[in-house]
Amino acid sequence: MTARSGSTRGGNTRSGNTRGGDTRPVDTRAVNALAGNSLAGSAPTGSASTGSASIGSAPGGGAPVIEVRELRKTYGSGDTAVHALRGLDLVVERGEYLAIMGASGSGKSTLLNVLGCLDIPTSGRYLIDGIDTSEFGEAQLGLLRNRKIGFVFQSFNLIPRTTALANVELPLVYAGVRRAERRARSMAALRMVGLEDRAGHRPNELSGGQQQRVAIARALVTGPAIVLADEPTGNLDTHSSQEVMGILDRLHASGRTVVLITHEDDVAAHARRVIRVVDGQIVESRTAWGVPA
Amino acid sequence: MRFTEILAFAVRGVTANKLRSALTTLGIMIGVASVILLIAVGNGASQSVQQSIAGLGTNILTVSPQRAQAGSTTKPLTVADATALADPVEAPAVKSASPVVSASATASHAATSYSVQQFIGTDPAYFGTTNSEVAQGALFSTDDVRQGRKVVVIGATVATQLFPSSQPVGQSILVNNIPFTVVGVLATKGSSGLQDADDIAVAPLSTVQNALAGYGSLSQIVVQATSADKLADAQAQVTTILDGRHKIGYGQTADYRVLSQEQLLSARTATTDTFTVLLASVAAISLLVGGIGVTNIMLVTVTERIREIGIRKAVGARRGSILGQFLLEATMLSLFGGALGVAAGFIGSGFTIAGITPVVVPSSVLLAFAVSALIGLFFGSYPASRAARLRPIEALRHE
Repeated sequence: MTARSGSTRGGNTRSGNTRGGDTRPVDTRAVNALAGNSLAGSAPTGSASTGSASIGSAPGGGAPVIEVRELRKTYGSGDTAVHALRGLDLVVERGEYLAIMGASGSGKSTLLNVLGCLDIPTSGRYLIDGIDTSEFGEAQLGLLRNRKIGFVFQSFNLIPRTTALANVELPLVYAGVRRAERRARSMAALRMVGLEDRAGHRPNELSGGQQQRVAIARALVTGPAIVLADEPTGNLDTHSSQEVMGILDRLHASGRTVVLITHEDDVAAHARRVIRVVDGQIVESRTAWGVPA
Repeated sequence: MRFTEILAFAVRGVTANKLRSALTTLGIMIGVASVILLIAVGNGASQSVQQSIAGLGTNILTVSPQRAQAGSTTKPLTVADATALADPVEAPAVKSASPVVSASATASHAATSYSVQQFIGTDPAYFGTTNSEVAQGALFSTDDVRQGRKVVVIGATVATQLFPSSQPVGQSILVNNIPFTVVGVLATKGSSGLQDADDIAVAPLSTVQNALAGYGSLSQIVVQATSADKLADAQAQVTTILDGRHKIGYGQTADYRVLSQEQLLSARTATTDTFTVLLASVAAISLLVGGIGVTNIMLVTVTERIREIGIRKAVGARRGSILGQFLLEATMLSLFGGALGVAAGFIGSGFTIAGITPVVVPSSVLLAFAVSALIGLFFGSYPASRAARLRPIEALRHE
């Protein structure tokens, strides 16, 4: 299968390319796990039935999808050091729908960036699907981002002057999926967010809500284990927010793990569990109905 | 991640902002074209000088009088000297020796008058020695020289000046108010870089001495060696004969000097070489300025797209693919601009610029192309590799 051969080759050959000192070969177990899961296992899009099947067939099926231990992130050093995360612990089970709330500067965005492998923690362990990422180099983190994680940004982060379809195809291109299959899966993902007829539009020809839906399609086109959303409705009006949350609800219903950050209680109400982050630590964990969890 | 995919990204990147791509291309094109063209102009000038050297012949020596040391007497060069140099026993390497006197002369025909640059008196052997061929009419003969007939052979420039619309052969012209009959017109020899070789009139030696120059010293004796290889032998033999005739002792400064055509023209070659260097440095500056323009645009392009790089990394792009994409973009712009520049350079060199026909130097094409490509590549890859090394979150936060 294209995806498997592409990922294995990529993982091995690129490992020598990583930043200074991190030249050890790729952890074979991790690469196999990566190649064996999601992409290889999932059929087009993350639609209900196939999404579940993909998750069920994943290796290390018993482990939580996210496991964070003693996570610390410090910016700067000495007296001016800013501690964004102070020994945070978090476990997210497969299929959970989690909302992270907290004031600005509480560290919730830093947490999500670490969970999305966009940022590297100062210390602590982060296991994704049972795979420890703490020793991973740049190439392996890239592979993780590509195969395991779908990230939705507050500011959409679509590539300008590039069609919606090409934006959605982007992760598949870097995964080494062939053109025809790529196109079919991207169109299916766009269909799922209701934008099949806008495939040829560029971001500047789409409304904010539509751009965010394209971004969600991009996040789920690889069939990732987790979908992370950093204030996905932060830049949207009420109607668009409802559409976007509807899509995330459906993702959850189809068995996908969804973690999102929000300021708004009514957005957090969509989640099954809400955690509150203050000063880099989790101070509260409850169900959406107010019961401590 | 296949190469064709990266190539597709690069093509999309180049075509996404057409105006910027076009301006980058234009900068490289102008740099490359100006280097090719200016070097071609310099080369064209020096080639025309070289051709005029070849046209005058490589087996020619010029003997001209020179002021001797104070105290010794200066003997004039005479027709007898010229005759002695043509002696096949004393000077076997000398094929012929033509005595030459020159005069300043104004020629006129009907209402037109023209100041001839070189008006010389000599014998018919001179024409063979200087590779002068007749285009119309005939050359004058040894008999004309002996009889002192007032006949003249004129160069192409003189012919067009005096006879813009009529046939010069057989017509009478006044040279310093003395009537001469035009018997022939010389074929065009072209410019020798600094001097018009066609601005000439040649008359029998005896006539010019009698009517115009007087019977003093000859201006020069033009000696033709039997071949270019014998030039050094001929020079030695000429020196020996003249030293004997002029009684020049060992260590004394001679009252004449012998120069080969190449020695005479080397000064002119040096002049055009300076000219070429000047043009090449102007071209190099324009390539440098073009290169700085390219660098600037590449820096802006990459800086402006750090966010895009962040997005690509966030969805799993590896450093190699990002670097490859930007390198390919820079390469495409450079190659395209360079190719246009080469085309423009070749088209431009088809025109005559300031009287010089440019001759393209192949190595300058290669050099200009390679330098522009390297500038684009280097300055495109440096910021791109820095951006590709950023953590995705850092790149995404870049404003």
